[in-house]
Amino acid sequence: MTLFKADNLAINFGGIKAVDGVSFDVEKGQVFTIIGPNGAGKTTVFNLISRIYDPTSGVLSFEGQDITQVAPDKIAALGIARTFQNIELFEHATVLHNLLLGRHAHRGGNIASQLMFLPSVRRMELAHREKVEHVIDFLDLQHYRDTYIVNLPYGARKVVELARALCTEPKLLLLDEPSSGLNTEETEDMAFWIHDIRNELGITVLMVEHDMGLVNEVSDRVLALNYGRVLALGTPAEVQSHPEVIKAYLGG
Amino acid sequence: MRFFFKTDYNQDINLFRDGVDRFWYGLLIAVLVAAPFVLEDFWLGEISYVFILSIVGIGLMLLTGYTGQVSLGHAAFLGIGAYTHAILLNLGVPFFISIPVATVLSAIIGAVIGRPALRLTGVYLAIATLAFAFIIEQILIRWEHVTGGFKGFAVDRPEVLGIAIVDDVPFYYITFGALVLAVLAALNLLRSPTGRAFVAIRDSEIAAQSMGVNLAAYKTLAFSISAGFTGFGGTLFAHKIGYLAPDAFNILLSIQLLLMVVVGGLGSIHGAIFGAIFVGSLPQLIAILRDYLPDSVARQPGLEPGIFGLILVFFILFEPLGIYGRWLKVKLYFSLFPLYKKATFKRQKTYTKSERNR
Repeated sequence: MTLFKADNLAINFGGIKAVDGVSFDVEKGQVFTIIGPNGAGKTTVFNLISRIYDPTSGVLSFEGQDITQVAPDKIAALGIARTFQNIELFEHATVLHNLLLGRHAHRGGNIASQLMFLPSVRRMELAHREKVEHVIDFLDLQHYRDTYIVNLPYGARKVVELARALCTEPKLLLLDEPSSGLNTEETEDMAFWIHDIRNELGITVLMVEHDMGLVNEVSDRVLALNYGRVLALGTPAEVQSHPEVIKAYLGG
Repeated sequence: MRFFFKTDYNQDINLFRDGVDRFWYGLLIAVLVAAPFVLEDFWLGEISYVFILSIVGIGLMLLTGYTGQVSLGHAAFLGIGAYTHAILLNLGVPFFISIPVATVLSAIIGAVIGRPALRLTGVYLAIATLAFAFIIEQILIRWEHVTGGFKGFAVDRPEVLGIAIVDDVPFYYITFGALVLAVLAALNLLRSPTGRAFVAIRDSEIAAQSMGVNLAAYKTLAFSISAGFTGFGGTLFAHKIGYLAPDAFNILLSIQLLLMVVVGGLGSIHGAIFGAIFVGSLPQLIAILRDYLPDSVARQPGLEPGIFGLILVFFILFEPLGIYGRWLKVKLYFSLFPLYKKATFKRQKTYTKSERNR
């Protein structure tokens, strides 16, 4: 079953065609990876999906619904969560605070009840906290719960960002270079977690990644981009042996 | 050093962390309630002024310290609250009705101002709010048949149940009650989803947005709530100064209010209150200082704003976390003694943010 579909997606910045007629389908329960050299338009595709950019043309659909016109802050409520290439955490807040913000799409109650902190607000806060604790448990973040983000090492920040995205209870998780800046061991952990996210939580993953080891390990389908165009689409092995992809990476 | 053993999620939600906290804040409240039996009226007046400033400080703190939106126009909201309240009193509206009406009106005007200010950040927003403050000041001057123009007007001294409630002791309790209310409302807001969304907007708009925070709605809300708090403080401020004239709400007051939150420590309610104590007592300190300065310096009319500016610069340079930050350091020093490490509070390197989608 197709969960997410991009149809003939394109965006121009002035005269530059950053993404030029990209189409792909993500099946439910897949790990779908986008690869490509620097500046190929991978992150731009992500920004189009999370509606930060408006596409020049093309249609995005999620669970059969056209999301091309949905406001960027409504995307999370639909069930699409993302992480960022350059970590975008709330730095002067604790890990717990960051993760609770991940529950924002599921909030309830109005401003008046919050000003008085009625028992209903407390009940909801406790429910959110319990969901957050499941994620903390899942990603082994117990140790960092009350640490401020500014005091966290880089590797831990990556995991917190992943955790925050999971707290929104997404159906589709967008991971923008989950392994960048991580050491070998942390990258292996990341691979396990991506497996678990798909197999245990049943979340479909769409990721941008450079580390081919990680790509081969977790991906079901791989899309190779260059200059905003699709070079190849298929299994990791197919894409890696595709002559156009080899040419893009090695020149020639 | 104290350790907190957590056995319940409620411990992270409750206002007081544990019995020790409850004891100290309880003691503080008890002391403040008992103060009128010990202190002279002059000091009660000074303390109620600090209470009023604290309410305004909390309002500005929610906007600047928590949502990250700088405002140089908060004197205007203070003015709107004060004038609305005083005018309503003159029209015969009861004291305890006119206060909420003035508060709500300030909040509405805050929302109206917040809306166009959405597209501005940082210094541009500061300029826009500054312009707004000038517009309000001009309105107060020109709309003579309502505001009394330049000359202004005396604020009515209402009586409730035969007690002149703006006299020293009753007024002290009213401002104290108002401050407790304001602190509770602010803390409640900050521990619920709205407060978290404010902090999220401050630290990363793009991430807040993809987590489902509607930036426009929440920034407008922050402006509105902040203006509401400030207007609420303004209603009491009117009684404190006793006579309303436009020049009481000029740019210098706006800067004093900003000074209050920066010096107190951005991003904490404690900071707002420490800042209010500081700004409230500064004119007294400067008056004392004048006695020791050579005449040529002491008579300078610009001495007070000059000292305000100097203090702001020194705090930003040497203690960006403000008085509250310093307080935390002192507390940690004693709880870790003799193992305190200076580097604990060294500013950490922040990782590069190259591709921010603003």
